[in-house]
Amino acid sequence: MHEMGVAMQIIEIATASIPKTVALARVERVNLKVGKLSAIVSDSLRFCFEIAAKDTPLEGAELKIDEIPVVAHCNDCGYQWTIEAPVFTCKKCTSGSIELLSGRELDIDSIEIAEDEN
Amino acid sequence: MILSLLPGFKTFMPLHHDHSHSRPHVHEKHPAGGTETREIKVVRRVLDANDIMARQNRKLFEEKNVFVLNMMSSPGSGKTTLLEKTLTHVMPDIRSAVIVGDICTTNDADRLAVSGAPVVQINTDEFGGDCHLAAHVIEKALDGIDLDAVDLLIIENIGNLVCPAEFDIGEDIRVVVLSVTEGEDKPAKYPLMFRECDAALLNKIDLLPYLDYDSQAAIGFIHQVHPGMPIFEISAKTEEGFEYWLEWLKSKVGAKVGPRK
Repeated sequence: MHEMGVAMQIIEIATASIPKTVALARVERVNLKVGKLSAIVSDSLRFCFEIAAKDTPLEGAELKIDEIPVVAHCNDCGYQWTIEAPVFTCKKCTSGSIELLSGRELDIDSIEIAEDEN
Repeated sequence: MILSLLPGFKTFMPLHHDHSHSRPHVHEKHPAGGTETREIKVVRRVLDANDIMARQNRKLFEEKNVFVLNMMSSPGSGKTTLLEKTLTHVMPDIRSAVIVGDICTTNDADRLAVSGAPVVQINTDEFGGDCHLAAHVIEKALDGIDLDAVDLLIIENIGNLVCPAEFDIGEDIRVVVLSVTEGEDKPAKYPLMFRECDAALLNKIDLLPYLDYDSQAAIGFIHQVHPGMPIFEISAKTEEGFEYWLEWLKSKVGAKVGPRK
């Protein structure tokens, strides 16, 4: 539900990441990592991003979302697995003492910019 | 879903080795045609700004020796009644203040003000604004509270089981309130919220005789999502089960704040 705010943050961070040496830069793509356990709806975010990017260096840029699976590690038996259903106990020994190795990401990985050569 | 996103990445990979690296972390792509594309590594959390502000809030709460509780739930779970009753029992021994987040109206603040605790109402927008309280909103609300005269600050978040779970506001502890008029499987539907919270309150148990609600099933779902999570079955209205919740809360506050300042 807060995808518009997130889209605006992405634009702010991405804009600040454009090197100052690049004149007339056009951002072609923003590569985003979104964990499956984050409260973000990818389609809504893409929709908001398109609107929020208007009149910024990111106008027309593609928002590429890499969805990161929820991977857990059992502190008791060391088993590592991908959580598909909302069950957060060890698949092997049923222990509840687990750590999430991934799945909570909401990170800008990189931006791809196009430069016109003279 | 992820597979469909991979092709672009694959075409990019071979190019990675096709040119010499004049600049670190910058990769040129299809250099022909007068336009070149460079990839610039950013690697930053999108909510960086919120996280930084949350850390500042946490530091301030540490300095002022204030215990902060972030209370979250879906709308209508009985948070405000729960807070009214909680304040009645913990005050004046524990000097409390409340920040109430609502999209609209000051109804909750008006109800809570009766307790005598300082109450700051945050309206995120007059007509359907933000779905959560962010760290900078809390920082602003603190202007209205004398933290030196407060041991416990309770933040009643916006009624929503999704977004507030994503935003750190500098709190010490998070609790989620679930009422028995909601589905037993809410924890499985909103796993992030139940993972992120430190305790769950199952409220409105006075209504159980009139409902087809299976409390054990709800508790089962909570523990599936968050094994070992403390659960308090309570009725904010009749105060049934309240003593366990109060005892837990007081012990948490005491552990941070210690004896009265």
